[in-house]
Amino acid sequence: MEYFLQQLINGITLGAIYGLIAIGYTMVYGIIGMINFAHGEVYMLGAFIALIAYLLSTLLGGQSAVLGLTTALLATMLLTGLWGWAIERVAYRPLRGAPKLAPLISAIGMSIVLQNFAQITQGARVKPLPPVIGGSVELLRGEDFTVSLSSLQIVIVLLTLVLMAAFTWIIARTPLGRAQRATQQDLKMASLLGIDVDRVISATFVMGAVLASVAGLMVTLYYGVIDFYIGFLAGIKAFTAAVLGGIGSLPGAMLGGLLLGLIESLWSGYFSIEYKDVAAFSILVLVLLFRPTGLLGHPEVEKI
Amino acid sequence: MAGAVLAGALREALAAAVVAAGLALPLLGFRLVDSSQGLSLGTRLDWVAWAALAVGLGRFLLTLSRRLRPASPRHRPSAGAVPAQADRLRPWAGWALAGLAVTLPFLPFADRNLVDKATLVLIYVMLGWGLNIVVGLAGLLDLGFVAFYAVGAYSYALLSTGLGWSFWICLPLAGLFAAGFGVALGFPVLRLRGDYLAIVTLGFGEIVRVVLQNWQDLTGGPNGISAIPRPTLFGLRFAANAPEGHRTFADFFGLPFSGEHRVIFLYFVILGLALLTNLFTLRIRRLPVGRAWEALREDEIACRSLGLNPTNIKLSAFALGAMFAGFAGSFFATRQGFISPESFTFIESAVILAIVVLGGMGSQIGVVLAALLLVGLPEWFRDLQQYRMLAFGGAMVLIMLWKPSGLLSDRSPTIRLGDRR
Amino acid sequence: MTAAPLLEVEHVTMRFGGLIAVNDLSFQAGRNSITAVIGPNGAGKTTLFNCITGFYRPQVGRMALHHPSGPVLLERLDDHRIAARGRVARTFQNIRLFTRMSVLENLIVAQHRTLMAASGFSLAGLLGLPVYRRAEARAVDKARFWLDKTGLAAFADDEAGSLPYGSQRRLEIARAMCTDPLLLCLDEPAAGLNPRESAELNRLLLDIRDEQRIGLLLIEHDMSVVMGISDRVVVLDHGAKIAEGTPDEVRRDPAVIRAYLGEPEDEEARPC
Repeated sequence: MEYFLQQLINGITLGAIYGLIAIGYTMVYGIIGMINFAHGEVYMLGAFIALIAYLLSTLLGGQSAVLGLTTALLATMLLTGLWGWAIERVAYRPLRGAPKLAPLISAIGMSIVLQNFAQITQGARVKPLPPVIGGSVELLRGEDFTVSLSSLQIVIVLLTLVLMAAFTWIIARTPLGRAQRATQQDLKMASLLGIDVDRVISATFVMGAVLASVAGLMVTLYYGVIDFYIGFLAGIKAFTAAVLGGIGSLPGAMLGGLLLGLIESLWSGYFSIEYKDVAAFSILVLVLLFRPTGLLGHPEVEKI
Repeated sequence: MAGAVLAGALREALAAAVVAAGLALPLLGFRLVDSSQGLSLGTRLDWVAWAALAVGLGRFLLTLSRRLRPASPRHRPSAGAVPAQADRLRPWAGWALAGLAVTLPFLPFADRNLVDKATLVLIYVMLGWGLNIVVGLAGLLDLGFVAFYAVGAYSYALLSTGLGWSFWICLPLAGLFAAGFGVALGFPVLRLRGDYLAIVTLGFGEIVRVVLQNWQDLTGGPNGISAIPRPTLFGLRFAANAPEGHRTFADFFGLPFSGEHRVIFLYFVILGLALLTNLFTLRIRRLPVGRAWEALREDEIACRSLGLNPTNIKLSAFALGAMFAGFAGSFFATRQGFISPESFTFIESAVILAIVVLGGMGSQIGVVLAALLLVGLPEWFRDLQQYRMLAFGGAMVLIMLWKPSGLLSDRSPTIRLGDRR
Repeated sequence: MTAAPLLEVEHVTMRFGGLIAVNDLSFQAGRNSITAVIGPNGAGKTTLFNCITGFYRPQVGRMALHHPSGPVLLERLDDHRIAARGRVARTFQNIRLFTRMSVLENLIVAQHRTLMAASGFSLAGLLGLPVYRRAEARAVDKARFWLDKTGLAAFADDEAGSLPYGSQRRLEIARAMCTDPLLLCLDEPAAGLNPRESAELNRLLLDIRDEQRIGLLLIEHDMSVVMGISDRVVVLDHGAKIAEGTPDEVRRDPAVIRAYLGEPEDEEARPC
C-alpha cells in the first residue's frame, strides 16, 4: 500500500512535468495542425539554460538558492521563449503554404540540429547537479516502506498548478487568448477579421516554449542530471500525453500528462523499468486506435 | 531608394544579430564543466559575438538580395502535366545513372573506399525506394520504417547463425518476415490520418528497438549478433581460405586473393537488389495496385466511392515497402557481419524519410540524388564526425525552405492516351 | 410509374446524436429516369445521399436497389462495397478528383476492380502477361468513350487539377460512369456552372439516361436543371418528404411553395 502511494506521488510529479511539455504540443497542433517535432529539444534547451543560469548566479551572486532558482526560472523562460520564437520564424513560417510534409521534415531537421548543437557546445556527457531543494515530509510509515513527499515534489506540482491557472486565464480572458481560439477554429476567417495570425502563432510557440522551459528546470532539479538526449524521449511521451488528453485542449494536455506520468510510474514500480517506454508508446497506439480524439477532445467531422 | 533599402536591411540585420546573441548566449557562451569538484562554468563569450556577427551579416545579405531581385511567386501550384519532352528525358537519365553505377568499380578513379561508400549510398537508395512506396505513392506517413529494416537484418542474422542457412535462402525469408511486420503495423493504423499515423509508426519503430535491446535471449540485447556469415557466389566464398569441401572465389577464377573482390561483390549484390526495387516500383505504378496507392493518397473518400477498399490498399503498401526494407536489412547484416540495436534508431527512419521527401515524393531519380546528397556527401566529411549530424539536420531544414516539394517533384502520368500501346 | 422502381427507400431515419437529419423518409426512383431531390439547405439531402452510398448507416430503414438478379439492400453495405456490389456511383458536392493524376488515370482507377480481377491482383501485369494488356486496353477504350461523351478527350493526359471547374465536374461524372453503375447519384452537379455549362450538363445527363438506361438521382438547387430534365422530383424539408411527383406537380404543390419555391411566376428566386 505504501509502495503504491509512493508510486502515485512520483507519478503525479512526473505527470506535471509531462503535462507542461504536452501543452506546447497541443497548442501548436491545435492552431496550425502541425506536430512540432523540435518541441522536445526546446524542453532540453530549457533544461540546459536553467542549469547554466543557476550556476552563473551562484558563482556570481551568492549562495542563496532562492536567488539562483529565481534567476534560473526567469532566464530559462525568457531565453527558451526566444528559441521557440526563432524556430517558428526560421523553420516553419516560410513553409506555411507548402505541402504538408515539408514542415514536418523541417521540424525533424530542426530537432536534429538542436540536439547536436547541445551535444557539440556542451559535450556528450551527462551534467549532474547536486540537490538544490532538499527536505521531505514523511506521510505514512509502513512496515518496510515509508511514503515521503519531498519539498521539491511539492514545489513542482504547485508551480505547475500556478502556471496552468495563469495560462488558462490567458486563453480564456485576454485578447490574445481569444485571438488564439479564433485562429484555432478557423485560420482564414480569423485573418480576414483582422487578427494578426502570424503574431498569434508566434505567441503560441513562445508560450509552449516557456512552459517547456519550466519543465526543463524542474527535471534538472528533480533528477539531478541532464544531457542532450532527454528531449527526444520526453518529446514523444509528452506528445502521447497531448493525444491522450485530446489534442488541442489545454486541460486535456494536463490530464494526459498526469495519466501518463501515473501509468509510467506504476509500470516501472510494479513491472519493469526497461520496458516503461514501451508502455508509453503502447498507450499512444491504443488511444489512437480506440479514441483518437482523446479524453477531452472534440471529434473532427470530415465533410463528405 | 538605395539608401532606404540599405537602411532597412541594416535594421533587420541588427535585429537578427541581437536575437542570435540571445540564442547563442547560454549554450554557446558558457560551457558546463564537470569536474571532481562538481559543476562549474567556462566562458566563450567571444563565440557569441562571432555568431551574432555572422547571423547579422547573413541576414543583411539575404534581405538585400531579396529586395533587389524581382519577386517570384512562391508556392506556385503545378500548372499542368509534365510536358512530354521532359518525360522522355527521364528514362535516359535513369539509364545513364544505372550505367554509371554498373561500371563504377571498374572506373579508373574507383578504389576500395569509393566502392564501399557507394555501397552505403545504395543501401539508402534501396531503403528510400522502399519507403517511397509507402510515403511517396500511397501517401502514408511512416516514421518507423527502420523497424522493418531491423526485422530484415535480425531475421538474416538469426537464421544464418542459428540454422546455418545461406544468404540467398534467408533473403526472401527476411523479406517475408518484414512484410509480415508491415501488415501487423498496418492493421492498427488503418483509420489514422496524417500526423497521427506518423507518430504511431514512430512509436512502433521505438518499440521494436527497445524490444531488440532488451530481449537478450533472442537478440543478444545491446551486444547484438556477431559473426554473421557473408554471402557467397554460388557457393564460392570471398575469403582467403575456404573450409573443407568449399572453394574460394579467387581460387575458382585463378586470381590472386584480394579483399577488394568481396567489396565489389557486395556492391553488385546491393546494386542488383536496388535495381530490382526500382524495376518493381516502375512496373507497379502502371498496374492497378500502384494506381490505387496513388489514388488513395489523393483522396481516400473518392476511392471508397469507386469501390476501392482502402484497407487492402494500405496493407499492401505497408507490406511491400517493408519487404524491400527487409531485403536491405539482410544485406546490411551480411555486409557488416555484426548488428546491434544501435543501428536501428529513429534517426535512420528520419534519414530515409528525408531522402524520400527531399527527392520529391514518388520520384525514383530524386531518391538517388537525395541519397547522394544526404548520405554520400557527409561520408566525405567523416573527419568532422561531430558536425556531420548537425550539417545533416541543417541540410534538411535548408532544402525544405528552398524546395518544399522536393528536388524533383513533378509527376508524370503512368499512361497516356497519346501513345497507347 | 409503370415500370418497377430501381431504388426503393423505405422509412429511412438518420440521427446524429439528438439531431434527426433524415426523418422516416420513403420514396422511389425509377430506372431510365432522372429523379431530383430538392429542398432548402439543411433539409437532409446530402445526408440522404451519404446513406444511399454507404458513407452513413441509417439507424432505421431499408434501401433496396433492384438489380436484374434481385434486390440488393444498400443499408447493409459499406461505402466501398456499395460501388462494387451495389453498383451505385456518386459524385460529390465538393469535387473529389485525384487532382495530381491525369484525366485518363482518374478514369482508369475507376475501373480498378475489373482490372484487378483480370490481372490476378496485378500479378499478371507484373509478369507482363497479355491477359492484363488486353484488359488495360479495354479499360482505356471505355475511358475514351466517356472522354468523348463529356468532351474531355483533348485533356486526357493533363493533370485533373488543372482543368477548368466545369470540366472537372464533367470528369467526375465520367469517372463515376466508368464503374458501370445501375444508379448514378449526383450531388449538386450544376453548382458553380454558368447557364451554358448547365445546358451542356442537362444534355449529358439526358444522354446517360437514354443511352445507358440507368437511374439517376440528383440533388440540385439549380431549377433549370431540376425542372428541365427531371422525370420526378422529391422535395425534402427538415429531413422529411413534403412532396413527390412530376416537376409540374411539385411546382404547384402548396407545401413546396411554402417551403421555399416562392410564387410560380417568381422562378428567378433561387434559394440561398
